[in-house]
Amino acid sequence: MDALLSIAGVSVRFGGVDALADVGFDVPQGALLGLIGPNGAGKTTMMRAVTGMVRPQAGSIVLDGVEISRLPTHRRVRLGLGLSQQIVRPFAGMTAAENVALAAGYAKTADPLRALATASRTAERERAGALLDLVGIADAADALPAELPLGYLKRVEVARALALDPKVLLLDEPLAGLNTGEAARLADTVVDLNRQGTTVVLIEHNLSEVMRVCRHLVVLDNGRKIGDGDPAEVMADPAVRDAYLGAAEASGEARDAAA
Amino acid sequence: MYEISLLTVMSFSVIFALSLNLITGFCGQISLGHAAFYGIGAYSAALFTTDGGSFWLALPLAMAVAGFFGFIVGFASLRVRHDFLAITTMGVGFLFTGFVRQQDFLGGEEGIAGIPDPGIGQIPYMLLCAALAAAVIAFSLYLKRSWMGHAFDAIATDEDTARTLGIDVARYKLTAFVFGTALAGLAGALFAHYVKFVEVESFDFIESISVLAMVIVGGIGSVWGVVVAAAFLSVLPLLLQVFADFKLLIYGVLLFSVMYFAPGGIDSLMRMVWRRISGRRTAA
Repeated sequence: MDALLSIAGVSVRFGGVDALADVGFDVPQGALLGLIGPNGAGKTTMMRAVTGMVRPQAGSIVLDGVEISRLPTHRRVRLGLGLSQQIVRPFAGMTAAENVALAAGYAKTADPLRALATASRTAERERAGALLDLVGIADAADALPAELPLGYLKRVEVARALALDPKVLLLDEPLAGLNTGEAARLADTVVDLNRQGTTVVLIEHNLSEVMRVCRHLVVLDNGRKIGDGDPAEVMADPAVRDAYLGAAEASGEARDAAA
Repeated sequence: MYEISLLTVMSFSVIFALSLNLITGFCGQISLGHAAFYGIGAYSAALFTTDGGSFWLALPLAMAVAGFFGFIVGFASLRVRHDFLAITTMGVGFLFTGFVRQQDFLGGEEGIAGIPDPGIGQIPYMLLCAALAAAVIAFSLYLKRSWMGHAFDAIATDEDTARTLGIDVARYKLTAFVFGTALAGLAGALFAHYVKFVEVESFDFIESISVLAMVIVGGIGSVWGVVVAAAFLSVLPLLLQVFADFKLLIYGVLLFSVMYFAPGGIDSLMRMVWRRISGRRTAA
């Protein structure tokens, strides 16, 4: 299979710290790839480098044959990236449906003057309704973000990314803050989307859901790639177990101690 | 005759205030130097008609010249945000007055006198200004509903997230600056041909703050709120001498009270009253 998203030699330094050091991996067309690693491993930085919110000092990022590492964020999005951020950022003055409809109207907002020439939002509202239904929060369509709990906002964020009809959907911890049932349901939605043809990169701390749904794992630790391949094989690697599970256990213990 | 003057002043003030509302209210880009574009419109129209140019051509010319400079200043909004943008646009305002004072062809400190009358009579001129104000109101209401308004709204709230939805923030901001400054230029040209004399004091920092006060008192981003605020605040100094004498003091008190007690301005007050009325009706 051809790589739809190909990342090679990406390095990001913040001050003297290597957030990412020469990291590369391929996301094949149709993949459901899990990008995992302990806190501070560089997962979100990688996501931000792919979307252009962080400029890597080195490396190349190719989306569907186009080198995008020098392009501004909005161009990358229009070339087929859809992003759901870890920290939800809904537009506060718009309802959940309007948030999603704005993304669904991407063809109309491509050019300011074309955007001025059209006012009808009927089609986009319908699409927003369908997407909110898909992620299981159709009841929240007319609510403002301030009235919604985090679990709902996470799904608004995912619906908004989906409204862009992305070739690659980047999901940064979409399950965080959801209870077990909600998490499993949203993970199933992601699997469904993937089956329908959307390539997905899933950053997740919820390891049981990652192991359940992902067919490919990339593991980062301290800004370096330490695993890449079949989930069972990757997790069997002692280096991965040590770095990832060790840290996960340690942070679990820390949480327990704090509680 | 007095009422005609009031309506004329009201009309170009409404255009001027809505022009800033487009940039600051709709697109969220603060400007403390908007009077410069009002001045650029006034001066370019004045130069053109005193040189024998037609008044009717002076209007689009003023819009084009002001919009051109607005485009250039708009680039500042791509580099700096929020309070830094406020300081930068304030600098643009001072740059304009400083430049005009030094230029003989702009009349320097003296200004430009003897701007020819449009030659259509007082009442038709008032009607022209009112019709243009109505057109700008209609345009603002439409723009807010359009996809451009939707995208402006997103940029005003959170421009980084707007980018992740594929919105070309830079082009939208520049468009807001060009539209807003061109309309300020139109208001300036109408002003110049009403008073028939332009001097740099009419476009200084105080004027920039006055127009910002109209937008804030009206309710940032609200079309009708800003129209009401601009209509009242522009004619109060003509109606009441005490308002003219203490204009700055009254603007200061107004700005402080609105920001402190009703940050949504007249718009939110009107909505509150409306809710009370309709609430009482349903209760009864």
